[in-house]
Amino acid sequence: MKNRSLVSICDYNKDEQLKILEVSKEFEKKPKQRLLDGFVIASLFFEPSTRTRLSFESAINMLGGRIIGFTDAGSSSVKKGESLRDTIRTVNNYSDLIVMRHPLDGAARFASEVADIPIINAGDGANQHPTQTMLDLYTIMQTQNKLENLKVGFVGDLKYGRTVHSLTQALANFNCEFSFVAPNFLQIPTQYKEFLDEKGLKYETLANIHEVIPEVDILYMTRIQRERFSDPQEYEKVKDAYELKKSDMEPAKKNMKVLHPLPRVNEINIDVDSMPEAYYFQQALNGVFVRQAIVSMILGIK
Amino acid sequence: MKELIVSAIDTGTVIDHIPAKSVMQVVRILGLEDFENMILIGTNFDSKKLIKKGIIKVKGKFFKPETINKIALVAPQATLTIIEDYNVKNKTIVEVPEEIIGIVQCPNQNCITNHEEMNSEFFVVDKTNGIKLKCHFCEKTFGQEEMKIL
Ligand SMILES: Nc1ncnc2c1ncn2[C@@H]1O[C@H](COP(=O)(O)OP(=O)(O)OP(=O)(O)O)[C@@H](O)[C@H]1O
Ligand SMILES: [Mg+2]
Ligand SMILES: [Zn+2]
Repeated sequence: MKNRSLVSICDYNKDEQLKILEVSKEFEKKPKQRLLDGFVIASLFFEPSTRTRLSFESAINMLGGRIIGFTDAGSSSVKKGESLRDTIRTVNNYSDLIVMRHPLDGAARFASEVADIPIINAGDGANQHPTQTMLDLYTIMQTQNKLENLKVGFVGDLKYGRTVHSLTQALANFNCEFSFVAPNFLQIPTQYKEFLDEKGLKYETLANIHEVIPEVDILYMTRIQRERFSDPQEYEKVKDAYELKKSDMEPAKKNMKVLHPLPRVNEINIDVDSMPEAYYFQQALNGVFVRQAIVSMILGIK
Repeated sequence: MKELIVSAIDTGTVIDHIPAKSVMQVVRILGLEDFENMILIGTNFDSKKLIKKGIIKVKGKFFKPETINKIALVAPQATLTIIEDYNVKNKTIVEVPEEIIGIVQCPNQNCITNHEEMNSEFFVVDKTNGIKLKCHFCEKTFGQEEMKIL
């Protein structure tokens, strides 16, 4: 993995992904180590993102690395109309690794082809967010002690939700079974159904969360934006099918855990937070360890 | 020799069975605008295989397969005939390539290729039931009906 960009989850094979999980575990035990002494890491956020950016910066700081960069395009030369190509070429001379978030799909792939130094994609538009996928895998492994043969339910906006798409691709390496719960017009795109068909994996598409709760090992919730509905009244009518409450959880399996990429709005009621199944805050914390692993592996230190 | 609907050439390449509406796209894809040899272009002929077809004859030019295969997107049934001494020397059909660089615009408005000065790049993921392309950058897959030729 040394010097190899991580743009899409498919850039790393199953063994490499498992290796990241292993190294993440080491960092979970010992997150403060001066491994990145002398390294300069560029953090280019062409679009604001508090959570992902802080998690990266915290991960790097705990390892003693230096960070340069900007936190939104407004404070960079992009505002003056500089091309992405030129921004990347310039930063390439100043740093050992670039972490970037960009509003356009494919921006990270393009940057990785312009730069000589490796790129970590911290989200490119609606396309990929592979470090989120790795932390999701890590969390699933942590809660289930395995990744193989799990039954995973995805709920919410499955059409535009990039975390769902990438995690589906990643879990397909582990013979998992999938339930996609969404209103018809926000269901998982055909592209991903064809992908699962090719792999010979089982999946179902459903319209109601209550049907999957008794069956799944992981319930992966995502936000449904009300604005996606042409009529807000429509949302009010169906919201019970996509919002999770404590009272819904009764038939859940003992090992079942609820995950969410955060931030959540209404899709998980706060009365779920205190339940043993609620795992989304630990999930967010795992982001730091997984990013420590990815950064140090790409820099060739681990 | 039977009568030719477009005049004969002594040596060169004949591209036949181009859908009539795609003739100008083929000219553009092959960069024939900048070519200085004689080029005969005929279109809207009746055809058995196509509703209306076009033919392009380029004197003194032999295309590399990777060049000519680029036209498969707009003229999947095109035939390629090499002419030497007014005779048919060799006939081939175009083949859909594995990768398409430039030529096609990504239909995803939010794709980096539509905002930065750069070539588009697609992998051909399906050739059997209509061509399907996957964008190398935004990773979205598209059917032929959504593609726009640059
Ligand atoms: N000397 C020539 N100069 C220019 N064009 C020619 C010459 N000889 C043949 N052609 C053209 O080359 C193509 C292939 O020639 P051929 O004689 O094999 O025609 P065909 O039997 O109609 O084949 P097809 O099934 O491809 O239509 C035709 O479009 C024909 O008009
Ligand atoms: Mg003929
Ligand atoms: Zn694209």
